[in-house]
Amino acid sequence: MIVAQRKKIPVLIDIINGHKNVLVLGCGTCVTVCLAGGEREVSMISSALRIASKKAGSVIKINELTIERQCDNVFIETAAEEIKKNDAVLSLGCGAGVQAIAERYPDKPVYAGLDTAFLGILESRGVWTEKCAQCGECVLADFGGICPVTRCAKHMLNGPCGGSREERCEINANQPCAWQLIYKRLKDIGELDKIKKIYPAKDWSKSLDGGSRTIIREDHRI
Amino acid sequence: MTDNNFEPKILVFCCHYCAYASADLAGSMRLQYPAGVRIIRTPCTGRLETEYYMKAIENGADGVLIAGCLEGGCHFIDGNLFAKRRANAVRDMLEECGIEKERLRMVNVSAAGAVNLVQFIFEMVDTVKQLGPNPIKALAVGSKQ
Repeated sequence: MIVAQRKKIPVLIDIINGHKNVLVLGCGTCVTVCLAGGEREVSMISSALRIASKKAGSVIKINELTIERQCDNVFIETAAEEIKKNDAVLSLGCGAGVQAIAERYPDKPVYAGLDTAFLGILESRGVWTEKCAQCGECVLADFGGICPVTRCAKHMLNGPCGGSREERCEINANQPCAWQLIYKRLKDIGELDKIKKIYPAKDWSKSLDGGSRTIIREDHRI
Repeated sequence: MTDNNFEPKILVFCCHYCAYASADLAGSMRLQYPAGVRIIRTPCTGRLETEYYMKAIENGADGVLIAGCLEGGCHFIDGNLFAKRRANAVRDMLEECGIEKERLRMVNVSAAGAVNLVQFIFEMVDTVKQLGPNPIKALAVGSKQ
């Protein structure tokens, strides 16, 4: 899922400064699960914005609403009435959600209240880790389900680099050596011969490096 | 800066099993503490959501005290440990908002710790008197968004 975290309150106050009525819009999907932009976070951030704006001497009316998802028209429509009543929207959705809202309501300023960070999973309670870099050409089948692009600091497809110490990465000792993990996993599932495969240089044009991407399914188009 | 007539309004969230029992004992022992201190009973401090603390400050409370069981002695095992983490998170958020983090504090008392609870209450009252009234009180009291 998409993992994001909230921007600091002084940054948010700067962003919404000058408006009289702001809607803090939450999203009930990814950002709820990563505890960044769900209904509860909307309540917290709205309280914080009221306190901070009053402290600064400007009174901004902060309204609150959380919709199921900010990336689907069907759900965005449910926010139409509230959005109309406000001067601006502070969206606590991921980057995609913020932009979807902005597109549907082009006459309203729509701001992002979160820093969208990565695609990842909940590792343990309160800890999320990055798993997927959206490179556009998944190679997980050859690496026992552990992504060397995301989890190896050097993004090596033909690892290991040999620099790891006690199973920790030489670049960042806080992370395990991804190739150590890959080796263990391939051994456990009986596919260790895959580690001998030599990969040519990755075609990064399939990732964001090749430009903003679009996927079309002709069989679903009207 | 501190007005001698300033009587801080302090909310004390007390868990039913330890802190509230302790407050009750303080009553039986006729221990005195300032009248601006108001107690709210909760089954466990772990029940308290971070929103409650934010709302308290937003609505003009000068200080918020969270009183839970001694660590390791929570009736619900680890409720007070969660409360501690949440209190720390809200203290950080209050700082971001320009509100002194000392206005929110968590303490631990046993059910027999009436004297301790009253001492914590006095400490809180002193701290808040030093800090002065809630800076947004004038705009908060009586106003509903």
